[in-house]
Amino acid sequence: MPEPPRFDEWTCPMPLRETPTVVMGHGGGGRLSGELLEHLFLPAFRNEALEARGDAALVAVPAGRLAFATDAHVVRPLVFPGGSIGELAVYGTVNDLAMVGARPLHLSASFILEEGLAMEQLAAIVGRMAEAARRAGVAIVTGDTKVVERGHGDGCYLTTSGIGVVPEGRSVGPDRARAGDAVIVSGTIGDHGVAILSVREGLAFESAIESDCAPLSELVERLFAASVEVRALRDPTRGGLAATLIEIAERSAVGVVLDEGAVPVRPEVRGACELLGLDPLMIANEGKLVAIVPDAQAEAALEALRSVAIGRQAVRIGSVVSEHPGTVVMTTAIGGRRVVTLPLGEQLPRIC
Amino acid sequence: MKYLDEFRDGSVARALVEEIRQVVTRPWVLMEVCGGQTHAILRNGIDQVLPEAVELVHGPGCPVCVTPLEVIDRALAIAQQPGVIFCSFGDMLRVPGSSTDLLRVKAEGADVRMVYSPLDALKLARLHRDRQVVFFGIGFETTAPANAMAVTRASEEGLTNFSMLVSQVLVPPAIEAICASRSNRVQGFLAAGHVCTVMGTGQYPAIAERFGVPIVVTGFEPLDLLEGIRRAVVQLERGEARVENAYARVVADEGNPVARALLEQVFAVTDQPWRGIGTIPKSGWRLAPAYRAFDAAERFEVGAIRTLESPDCRSGEVLQGLITPPECPAFGTACTPRHPLGATMVSSEGACAAYFLNGRTKGAPAHA
Repeated sequence: MPEPPRFDEWTCPMPLRETPTVVMGHGGGGRLSGELLEHLFLPAFRNEALEARGDAALVAVPAGRLAFATDAHVVRPLVFPGGSIGELAVYGTVNDLAMVGARPLHLSASFILEEGLAMEQLAAIVGRMAEAARRAGVAIVTGDTKVVERGHGDGCYLTTSGIGVVPEGRSVGPDRARAGDAVIVSGTIGDHGVAILSVREGLAFESAIESDCAPLSELVERLFAASVEVRALRDPTRGGLAATLIEIAERSAVGVVLDEGAVPVRPEVRGACELLGLDPLMIANEGKLVAIVPDAQAEAALEALRSVAIGRQAVRIGSVVSEHPGTVVMTTAIGGRRVVTLPLGEQLPRIC
Repeated sequence: MKYLDEFRDGSVARALVEEIRQVVTRPWVLMEVCGGQTHAILRNGIDQVLPEAVELVHGPGCPVCVTPLEVIDRALAIAQQPGVIFCSFGDMLRVPGSSTDLLRVKAEGADVRMVYSPLDALKLARLHRDRQVVFFGIGFETTAPANAMAVTRASEEGLTNFSMLVSQVLVPPAIEAICASRSNRVQGFLAAGHVCTVMGTGQYPAIAERFGVPIVVTGFEPLDLLEGIRRAVVQLERGEARVENAYARVVADEGNPVARALLEQVFAVTDQPWRGIGTIPKSGWRLAPAYRAFDAAERFEVGAIRTLESPDCRSGEVLQGLITPPECPAFGTACTPRHPLGATMVSSEGACAAYFLNGRTKGAPAHA
């Protein structure tokens, strides 16, 4: 695939340079809209289905059950340490597909742009999306662009939808956890949420904390390739690990016991959470998965996950139990126990 | 994170618990004064590993919880005035006033902003000269120095669009009030380390002596708390009532002289109402006359405020260590974080929230 266009290197006859910021006309369906498609989206996302420019993309899909997911993205700032709204939009949907055991294939992308957004910034986001799609092995085959008046958006909102195919023999779901299963997480938690917080709120931490945003499909494929009987998969995004495990516990009518000492948290993330009074368990991740697997296959699952760079720190963090169904309990380092619950809305930093 | 892991070591914690077990011969009631300590105790399950004879009760040290309803209603009224940017720490945003809260008035169009420091509010004031920027200056001695600094800076810079709605409270008078109460059960105190970081330990010996209670200054990590509990129990068993500093790595006996001088300059001691508890003499700070021009309560006319407290909320008794949250009939039923009756269920340092969020309801698995 060719490299996406670099705005600063564009020369005539690239007409986009004449409008260095997004204007209402870019969403009007006229010549400006066409130029955006012709000179930005097509070169970046280049693939047959998109270039056919039909009202809908025509794609071939292999046999199996079709998985279909959609995800909207409203992150501020648009570019942050370790990623951008572009990667999030691709990986968000790719990961949702992967979490039902699907191999992600095709994405749509819908852009809601705010009048005045720098074309250079849009090009950077599109470039990052294209790169993310390549990394995840998916094609962006259809899309849409709308422009809203200045003041009516945060620069850019992105919605992606995607389809994938679940190969025969895979059956994972949040309702399939069984007492005795192992709870595994593919790496450190809280990285994405704290990275966003640090730039959004202007909090300068001593060491830069980067988002973990990444596609999870390869991790999932490795699990199945290792013949692990994967019961449930989830990417702990909003609501963090806590929300994910509570949902699995509720849907499967089982209890989950977590070992506090085993839950991996980067020291800098933990430090930031301590400072602000936030719980890393409840902070968003964009490149981690939770896998529930039979106890006897826990080691094989860990080995499979660790064979991929983003899964190198995979670790078992707890067990599924038959007691206290619907509830996640944490055993603390000093031997106490507490129930893991969720805050009502977002976590709010404490006063002192 | 080495500096924290050292104070969370499970094997050292178990050894401390064993020491407490060895020392204790009869029941004792200790109060952890600060909400941060309460949360650390429940999060780490410290109450579950202690011998039954050691009972921990929760004190009035949640700044959000004790901020009077009248002040919160005033904050809400100011925040809704046109042209105002109202700034607050995060955990104040959800605390209910008589009829609404800051997050709701924000959703309805008020310009309410969460900040991490009063100095951030000051920045907003410099940035928006045509707007009135108000900072909600609540808290104990811990938050006071930064608030004082914001006021002095605003004064030096001649900022006429910055003001502070002040509701600062002081810990030692509250401890005295609890000790002096006829219904008091507390026999020893775990004083809040961060308050002493600013104020030092000088105010406590007189209280320890007068009421015959050990006061141990502690930090917020599991080992800090266990060491504080151990020292308090040892004193009680020996019939002693002294002030001990079990947080010497952070707390100097004289506190922070620079901060104290600033506080003396900016604030004047005042009788202060505490939500759920009542007025405690000389337990608060208001702006000193020289800085009265920065007092948001005087700058903004909001008319008469009629507060409406829930009759079912027993947070005042929780804050005084008279009952634990699950003993309140409304706890977990009529009163939850979604529909809180009082601030103790909302604040991230509130005792009721600590119980609820850590699943410490009757019959919950954590008790199993």
